[in-house]
Amino acid sequence: MKPVTIVNTQLFSLLINRLCHQLIENHKDFSESAIIGLQPRGIYLANRLKQRLEEITGKTIQTGALDITFYRDDFRRRDVPLLPSVTNLDFSIENKDVILVDDVLYTGRTVRSGLDALIAYGRPRKVELLALIDRRFKRQIPIQADYVGKWVDTLSSEKVAVEWRETEGEDKVILFTPKEHE
Amino acid sequence: MNKNLSVDHLLGIKDLNREDLEIIFKTADSFKEVINRPIKKVPSLRDITIANLFFENSTRTKLSFELAEKRLSADVVNFSASGSSVKKGETLIDTVNNILAMKVDMVVMRHSTPGAALFLSKHVDARIINAGDGTHEHPTQALLDAYSIRERLGSVEGKKVVIVGDILHSRVALSNIFCLRKLGAEVMVCGPTTLIPRYISELGVKVEHNLKKALEWCDVANMLRIQLERQDIRYFPTLREYTMQFGLDMKLLKSLNKEIVVMHPGPINRGVEITSEVADSHQSVILDQVENGVAVRMAVIYLLASKIRS
Repeated sequence: MKPVTIVNTQLFSLLINRLCHQLIENHKDFSESAIIGLQPRGIYLANRLKQRLEEITGKTIQTGALDITFYRDDFRRRDVPLLPSVTNLDFSIENKDVILVDDVLYTGRTVRSGLDALIAYGRPRKVELLALIDRRFKRQIPIQADYVGKWVDTLSSEKVAVEWRETEGEDKVILFTPKEHE
Repeated sequence: MNKNLSVDHLLGIKDLNREDLEIIFKTADSFKEVINRPIKKVPSLRDITIANLFFENSTRTKLSFELAEKRLSADVVNFSASGSSVKKGETLIDTVNNILAMKVDMVVMRHSTPGAALFLSKHVDARIINAGDGTHEHPTQALLDAYSIRERLGSVEGKKVVIVGDILHSRVALSNIFCLRKLGAEVMVCGPTTLIPRYISELGVKVEHNLKKALEWCDVANMLRIQLERQDIRYFPTLREYTMQFGLDMKLLKSLNKEIVVMHPGPINRGVEITSEVADSHQSVILDQVENGVAVRMAVIYLLASKIRS
């Protein structure tokens, strides 16, 4: 697979900034809102948004992590078992405006599981979806994001990976293309 | 960590390796969080049917398994030996095959014969979970005991655990010894000489006949019930004498120079192996064990079910 950087560090920071301002436009002071990252990779984006939003607004943003393993629709259809990550929601989502956050929106199946998982914790007033990367035209389920960092057109055989300063050392988005399609 | 269990059935702790135990505990952590949610149910096992076959009486284990199954959204059928065709002379394999013919994917079985679960796993096409086979093993009890120690003390490795009581007839003791040894704990058994099997030290456990000495050595004391129903001869003169020598009361607990954790697999005979005061004290994790039992059983069922191909 040949890796191509499709979002560099500079653009990455612009995207995060833009998404934060779009969120502020709709959520005002965030007193009734909460950002919930989908495990495993959505939590980095949720934390980054929280950090940036708190810098801009000076308010504390409620942030949580949601594990969707037990709600997935591919249990018993994979070779390796699905092992869970941690769910960390130390606040009530009842009547909150929840922003579900994931790094890459692809088939939409993860988000569908996420909605099921979320509702097990209560009834939010509203649920929105934010994705840093939207692999558009690849949906298998009718789910669309309310906030998107960047739309990319990809083949199913390609892979999109979001890398983070905290874990991989640099903020960037990489597209992997298998040899036969180069 | 993307590995599954090394086994297809849970017949005994003896068959598991340490990695299996860690996978089960890690998965149980997530289920423990699930059963404390407002909605205590996940849809993972929507398309799985589980039969609970209890050829021997049980309240706690049966309830715990049934709750675990229902919280995973599995369909559950229950069967108990009384009033069934077993009484009419049907064999175990026939009984189970008849149930499996109704498209059951997994069988949870308690049976009075040691090895019944292993036997079944060789002859029928379903995942088997042993919920206790005679005096042999009771793997999920050992798992929840070890899980409760891990939860209370941070880890099991290096901890000293004493199992007190009827070691001879106890499947809980045997499974616990295997489980704790695999997790790196030191294990001691304590009880009247007549209730300690002769060659038990070959399993790598210490033997002690003085309860006070055993308690001073340990971090955790697992007080087993005296199983009068399994005793065909008298192993000790009277219950009162047993209590005087091997019963745990507050005075003895307070006389130790440290706070030990007290466990009991239930059902408790209050005033025999432990007093009410001890059972209800803050050092006792008896009710945590029950709660953890559901989480651990959910983990085992989940992991085994993930091996059933759709």
